[in-house]
Amino acid sequence: MAYSNKVIDHYENPRNVGSLPKEDPNVGTGLVGAPECGDVMKLQVKVNPETGVIDDAKFKTFGCGSAIASSSLATEWLKGKTVDEALAIKNTDIVNELSLPPVKIHCSVLAEDAIKAAITDYKKKQGAAGKSAATNETANA
Amino acid sequence: MAVKLPIYMDYHATTPVDPRVVQAMLPYFTEHFGNAASRNHPFGWEAEEAVDKGRKQVADLIGANAKEIVFTSGATESNNLAIKGVAEMYREKGNHIITCVTEHKAVIDTCKHLEKDGYRVTYLPVQKDGLISLDELRAAITDKTILISIMTANNEIGVIQPIAEIGAIAKEKGVLFHTDAVQAAGKVPFNVNDLKVDLVSLSAHKMYGPKGVGALYVRRRNPRVLLSAQIDGGGHERGMRSGTLNVPGIVGFGRAAELCRVEMEQDTKRLRGLRDRLNDRLHKGLDEIYINGSMEHRLPHNLNISFAYVEGESLLMGINDVAVSSGSACTSASLEPSYVLKALGAGDDLAHSSIRFGLGRWSTEEEVDYVADKLISVVSRLREMSPLYELAKEGVDLSTMQWVVH
Repeated sequence: MAYSNKVIDHYENPRNVGSLPKEDPNVGTGLVGAPECGDVMKLQVKVNPETGVIDDAKFKTFGCGSAIASSSLATEWLKGKTVDEALAIKNTDIVNELSLPPVKIHCSVLAEDAIKAAITDYKKKQGAAGKSAATNETANA
Repeated sequence: MAVKLPIYMDYHATTPVDPRVVQAMLPYFTEHFGNAASRNHPFGWEAEEAVDKGRKQVADLIGANAKEIVFTSGATESNNLAIKGVAEMYREKGNHIITCVTEHKAVIDTCKHLEKDGYRVTYLPVQKDGLISLDELRAAITDKTILISIMTANNEIGVIQPIAEIGAIAKEKGVLFHTDAVQAAGKVPFNVNDLKVDLVSLSAHKMYGPKGVGALYVRRRNPRVLLSAQIDGGGHERGMRSGTLNVPGIVGFGRAAELCRVEMEQDTKRLRGLRDRLNDRLHKGLDEIYINGSMEHRLPHNLNISFAYVEGESLLMGINDVAVSSGSACTSASLEPSYVLKALGAGDDLAHSSIRFGLGRWSTEEEVDYVADKLISVVSRLREMSPLYELAKEGVDLSTMQWVVH
C-alpha cells in the first residue's frame, strides 16, 4: 500500500524518539496497545508544574509506519500545549494531518489513547504528590 | 559490483519466466495457434503434438505417466478439482477429509466449502517446527475418511511435510492422498511413486513458467483415481477438465518443468548456499531473531525469520527496495497476523515481526549481502524506537505484562 509523504517523513525522521525518567513526578507515561495486535505505543510528557505547559514529549512505538508517524506527530503537537489543550487533540486531527487511509485509523486512535494515558498518569502523580505535600505541611504545623 | 534495485526476493509468490521458456512459447501464439482439440487439420495436430510434449515434460518432473496429467488454469483450480472432485465421486464411500491448519487457502477454503455441504473435515494441528504428527494423522482416520490433503512444502515457512510417510499411511488405510506440491515441485526431488501420492497440484508460474497454467496429477493405477469434473463442457482432459487447452501456456509449463528437472541439483546447491549465507549474516548482525519452522525439513531457498520487538510492516517500509513478504497483516481490518505462524505457536507478537525470504534462479550473492546489511541497520533503528525492546532490555517479561487489547 502507498503511504503519504508525511507518514514516510515521520517514519524516516521520527521526532522525539526516546524516554523520559518514569519516576519524575512531572513526567506522565502512557503505554497503550498490545504486541499481539501489532502495535504498542509509549508516549511521555514532561509538564512544567508552574505553568501546566508540556515542556517535552517523547515516544517509542512498535507498529507499522502509520503508527510510528501518528505517535511522532503527537509528540510534536504536545510540546508547548497545556495539559487541557493536549486532551483536546482528537484522532481525526491526526488522520487528516497524515492522510491516513481507513485501515490505518486505529493507529490514530491509539495515539489519542496514548496522549490521554500519559496525561492521566501525570495527573495521578500530581494528585499523589499534592496529597503528600499537604501531609508534610500539616506535620510541620 | 553494485546491485540493481529493487531486489526481488519473493520467489514463493511468483517467479519470472525463464527466457528459454518464453522462446519455446512464442511460436504457439502466432504460427502454431491451432486448437489442440481440432482433430481434422494440421493446425490442430501441431497444437496437440505440442501439448503432448508438454504433458510428458511435466509428467517426467514428478515421475508420472503423461496420461496422468490434467492441465488446469493453476494450482488453485487443481486443489479445488482434487478435493471437490474426490469428495463428490466418493460420497458413497464416506464424507470425511483430513487436512492441516497450515495449508494454502485454496485447500482450506475448499474444505470449508465442503463442510457446508455436509462433509466432515479434520484440520490437523502442526508442531512447533511446522510438521504434522503422523500419530495424530493415523488417529484421525476413520472408516468414513476418503481423502487426506497435506501440502508438500509450505508457502510461508518452506517446511516440507513427511510426504512418503503420509503416503504409506494413506495406502495402508485405503485412503486417497492429495498433496499441493506447488512450492516443492521443480525445487526438490519429487516422485509420485516413491511418495505414494494419488493426486498432486502443480503450478507453472512457481517454477519459472507462465501464469495461468497448472496441472493436477491423477493416478491411473494402484489405485485408479476417479474425479467428478468441476467444469463441464467439451470433455477435454479425459473428461476431468473441459475447456480449450492453453497451448502456449502448456508448452511453457513443459519447458519450465524440464529445465527444473535438469538443473535442480545445481540450482538447489547454489540456493542453499545463498540462503545459509543470508541466515548466517542476519544471525551475526542481530540478536533475538528466530527462524520459523524446521530448518532441517525445509525448502533450500526459503527463510522465514521473526525479528523480535519490530513490527513486520514497518520493517518492510524500511527495506522498500527489497521485495519480500511479511507475516504481519496490519493492513487488513482484522489485524490478524499470518495463520501459518500462529499455528506454530510462535505468539502473535513474533508472527507480526516476521519476514519471508524466497530466493530463486536469479538471486545473487551481492543481493543477499545487500539485503542482510540493510535489514541489520533497519532492525537496529526500529528497535531503538521500540518500547518492547526497551522493556525487554530492562528485564521485563513481556508475556506477563497486562496489555490493553484494542
